[in-house]
Amino acid sequence: MYVFPVINIILGLLLAPLMIGVINRTKAIFGGRHGQPLLQPYYDIFKLFSKAAVYSTTTSWVFRAGPIVGIAVTIVALLIIPMGGSAGILSFSGDFILLAYLFGMMRFLTVLAALDTGSPFEGMGASREVTFSALAEPALLLGLAALAILSDNMSLAGIFNGLPLETFLAPGGMSIMLVLASFAIVFLVENCRIPFDDPTTHLELTMIHEVMVLDHSGPDLAFIEYSAALKMWVLGLILTGIVTPITGTANPLILTGISIAVLFGIAIAVGVVESVMARLKLPSVPLLLVSATVLSLLAIALSTFTNGMQI
Amino acid sequence: MLLIIAAGLTFFICGVLSLILFRNQRQANVVGMIGALSGSALAAVPAIKCLSGSVINPLKYHWSIPLGSFSIGMDRLSAWFVLVIMFISAVAAIYGYQYLKSYIGKKNLGSIWFFYNLLALGMLFVVIARNGLLFLIAWEIMSISSFFLVVVEDEKEKVRKAGWTYLIAMHFSAAFLLVFFLLLSQGKGSLDFETFSSFANSGQTLLNIAFVLALIGFGTKAGFILLHAWLPEAHPVAPSHISAVMSGVMIKTGIYGILRSFEFLGTGPSWWYWTLLAVGACSGIVGVVFALAQKDLKRLLAYSSVENIGIITLGMGMGLFGIQNNEPAIAVLGFSGTLLHVANHSLFKSLLFLGAGAVKHATGTLEIEKLGGLLKRMPKTGAAFVTGSAAISGLPPLNGFISEFCIYVAAFMALTSQADNGIAVAVVVISSLALIGGLAATCFTKAFGIVFLGTARSDLAENAHEAEWPMRLAMIILASGCVLLGIGAPFVFELVKPVVLELTQNSIQLTTGSLLWFSNALFYIAAGSCLLILFVLTLALIRKQLLAGRNVTAAGTWGCGYVAPNTRMQYTASSFAQPVTNLFKDGLQGESKFTPPKKYFPEKRDFSSKFPDVVIAKLYSPLFLATDWLMSKMRWLQQGRIQLYVLYIGITLLTLLIWKL
Amino acid sequence: MNSIVDILIIVVILTNFRLLGSSQLKTCVRVVAVQALILSILPVLAGQGEITLHLTIVALISGAIKGFLMPWLLMRAMREAHITREMEPIVGYVFSLICGIAMIGLSFWLSQQLPLPGTVANSMLLPLAIFTMISGLFMIVARGKAITQVVGYLMMENGIYAFGLTFAYTEPLIVEMGMLLDIFVAVFVMGIAIFNINREFDSIDTELLTQLKD
Repeated sequence: MYVFPVINIILGLLLAPLMIGVINRTKAIFGGRHGQPLLQPYYDIFKLFSKAAVYSTTTSWVFRAGPIVGIAVTIVALLIIPMGGSAGILSFSGDFILLAYLFGMMRFLTVLAALDTGSPFEGMGASREVTFSALAEPALLLGLAALAILSDNMSLAGIFNGLPLETFLAPGGMSIMLVLASFAIVFLVENCRIPFDDPTTHLELTMIHEVMVLDHSGPDLAFIEYSAALKMWVLGLILTGIVTPITGTANPLILTGISIAVLFGIAIAVGVVESVMARLKLPSVPLLLVSATVLSLLAIALSTFTNGMQI
Repeated sequence: MLLIIAAGLTFFICGVLSLILFRNQRQANVVGMIGALSGSALAAVPAIKCLSGSVINPLKYHWSIPLGSFSIGMDRLSAWFVLVIMFISAVAAIYGYQYLKSYIGKKNLGSIWFFYNLLALGMLFVVIARNGLLFLIAWEIMSISSFFLVVVEDEKEKVRKAGWTYLIAMHFSAAFLLVFFLLLSQGKGSLDFETFSSFANSGQTLLNIAFVLALIGFGTKAGFILLHAWLPEAHPVAPSHISAVMSGVMIKTGIYGILRSFEFLGTGPSWWYWTLLAVGACSGIVGVVFALAQKDLKRLLAYSSVENIGIITLGMGMGLFGIQNNEPAIAVLGFSGTLLHVANHSLFKSLLFLGAGAVKHATGTLEIEKLGGLLKRMPKTGAAFVTGSAAISGLPPLNGFISEFCIYVAAFMALTSQADNGIAVAVVVISSLALIGGLAATCFTKAFGIVFLGTARSDLAENAHEAEWPMRLAMIILASGCVLLGIGAPFVFELVKPVVLELTQNSIQLTTGSLLWFSNALFYIAAGSCLLILFVLTLALIRKQLLAGRNVTAAGTWGCGYVAPNTRMQYTASSFAQPVTNLFKDGLQGESKFTPPKKYFPEKRDFSSKFPDVVIAKLYSPLFLATDWLMSKMRWLQQGRIQLYVLYIGITLLTLLIWKL
Repeated sequence: MNSIVDILIIVVILTNFRLLGSSQLKTCVRVVAVQALILSILPVLAGQGEITLHLTIVALISGAIKGFLMPWLLMRAMREAHITREMEPIVGYVFSLICGIAMIGLSFWLSQQLPLPGTVANSMLLPLAIFTMISGLFMIVARGKAITQVVGYLMMENGIYAFGLTFAYTEPLIVEMGMLLDIFVAVFVMGIAIFNINREFDSIDTELLTQLKD
């Protein structure tokens, strides 16, 4: 019974950095270059694992705890998220709330680790990060609320299984599109991608996530890179679960394969977005995040209307 | 039940004893603490017995005061609150014993302990009173004793002003409560709670008026938005263990009052729960945004209490919605969230206030901008404070997440239920809780990060020292409570479910096993939390192994090539909060003074910002000034001549006599 | 329910939000033109009956005037006045979006409260119409530049048109023509007014109009 969830977890642990590799390769192709090898993120992580660490004299145990809690949180998140029609091991009613707040815990400790260094760069990144994620939370939860109305279910696995192909073609399909648009924005914010944050530059003015981890080194940095990849995998699985209409009778292996394909499709899409857009001006970011909330709310209104319910 | 009387007597006697011992301050300190501890222990016993199922018989003695009777009872709701109140009073007393040692010689410790024990007595009797007059007397005892505790440092002008604000607010609430109880008595000549139960059959207008009175009266005590003006003034100026008790449990008596009045008022029309939801959402969001803007640590924590009262009220609104729309599960989950958050908030807010007290004790200041790097100098206080911060932000695996989870699930159930307004209610609750949660995390990363992390921003923080063992013990007890209640969520829910079922027994029928899926969900959450902790420990071990043979060096924080970074280059608290305060600047109405640099080379410039409370500045101050102006028009009545005053008395008496004829 | 109509209704709602949140004047003008175009082809697509010549001609004319002529006039006014952005609106853009959320909630609630025949009640056209009207009013009140106020006025007209669509997909030509004349005169007058304001004050910030009261 638990075979497929375990397979999904192992696939996630193995393939997550490949998503980053695909994004980088897409950006390179757009830039007319050949680009890094697809497996470069793996090489980086292994290299970092073999290095020693340098710790700042200003820091305390909070700094050392940040990366570890980050990776522990993403592994637990991997246990919750369903993939390819199989529910996660820790699937229950209301599990998406736990997912959202687990990422909140990860963010809490990353921000504290950043403040621990006593550097103004990290402080800047930390303050931006907490503001943007505070604004993105309502969009995520309200979008899931819209999907809960459509699928009449309250766990992630139930929601994804409750969105069959018929719902897409019916008027409710428009509501799913709106939720997808909203989640696309939330995905980009949570994973610190353009248009919110530029993962390639290491200048404090253009970074949010990268600047928070500026002082980490060695295995800590490996943990951080790996947990960033896993976080992208988990959030990508939410998008995948919505986009792939699952019917109960299909072969789980095929569904898993489809999910992985969609995930790499998402990675390519992120690469394209990163190549064609520039980072937004900071004052425009709250506007975009509130727009995501508006899209989610519109999706809720539409789902209620199509189900014939009253607001 | 007699144990409660014994507890009450213990409080009173030990309080008086410590007052008598004013010559020997150290003994007064010990006696006062022991009184608080033993009284709390005595009172907690019947509470625990009641919660575990045994029925406690109420006590009723005749009292010669008209309308009054000495009637006390312990049902599960009272027991829950008694347990929370007594636990926090005990822990704060342990902390207070050490904290007050720095006041020996400057203040009369005996009187402080007298009023502390009296406060505990008052709070105890508020939640067990079964007679309106007894309730009001206990309420008054609570208010007056806490007033004297707030103005302990009355040599400072700020403290005196805060004390006045507090006293006025408390009597404002008492006035509303008096009218409320008189209304409930329906002219029957007795203020016993039993006679109130027939009030639910009165006309709807009367019920609506009673609801509004209860909301304003109890809401002022609880700290609802617009009525919260006294909270950020009074809580910061009191000694820290008093602030912990006030913010942790005293404001919860307001919530108790509202829950108890549902028993008398019935469930009411839909605008009742809409009001509760609106008050909850506004208190939550306004509270946390103001908390973010504060620069004094205890003021930040006070506004954060307003935010958490908002969350508790959201839970009450969901519960009421569930009852009115005949959805037992939503009702139970909503009220469970309320009661759980009452307990959870008392734990972590007291912890945070005690931590702030330790900071004040060690450095002498509470200004966040002057602190920093305290974690290295006060490691255990810091560890406890970070646990409290994570708990208040509602992060798993701690307890704050569980109560917010209950309210979230209730809201999500309202989405898929067929109830009227279900979608609208759910959207309001989900969006406000999500926003509040995110902003609370911002607020407390600022509070913990700027105060404890980084490097010291001033000499005061340089010379900090760790708190002594009684203070540490109190904080560690509370921090462990946070962790245990978080991981033990399924068990805690089983504890609170009977309380909620008893509260709502007249209104809903819950079939056994219909909330089994929720208990399962809590088990999974607990499992996830344990797994999280397990992974953290394993990974820490792995990293230790990896780094074991290698050359781990220390260096300065990378300063972008700058050779000599100093502590003033760190991020300040106001800068950290700036993105949010900028977003909400129309609501915050902050004032900032800035002299920009004029020439090319660096020179001395300054920037300062402050955020006075909007409600006081824009609502109450103009109101009071207008009243003042109006009243000054009546000053002609006071001529200062005795003959005129005697004439006034004579005319009044004559008029009364003629009228009565 | 016809799903193409629903998709178009959602698109129009989204255009309203775009208008509330954007500071670029060219975007505002283009989006309100798109809005008008979609609303004018809606009766053709929804087709309660058959698609008559009358219906298509009305759609074409209203589409041409509201979707091409008016925007062209406004763009010309913008070129004359050399402005491209609204930098200091009376109500900030984030707050405008939040007000938009409140307004759409209000529209949905209002359309449920109004006593309407069944065929109308299930459609989303009525909330859309009310929402467009209210947000048009909001734009007029909340923005400072004259061009955005004209855009707000056009939004209100679109809303009234959608409101009419809710009840009858085929309107009498006279009502339609009356409405178009109304819009035409308004934009014409506004165009002249903008030109003169610009000439007088060298800017089309309506705040400056308050100088006239002295």
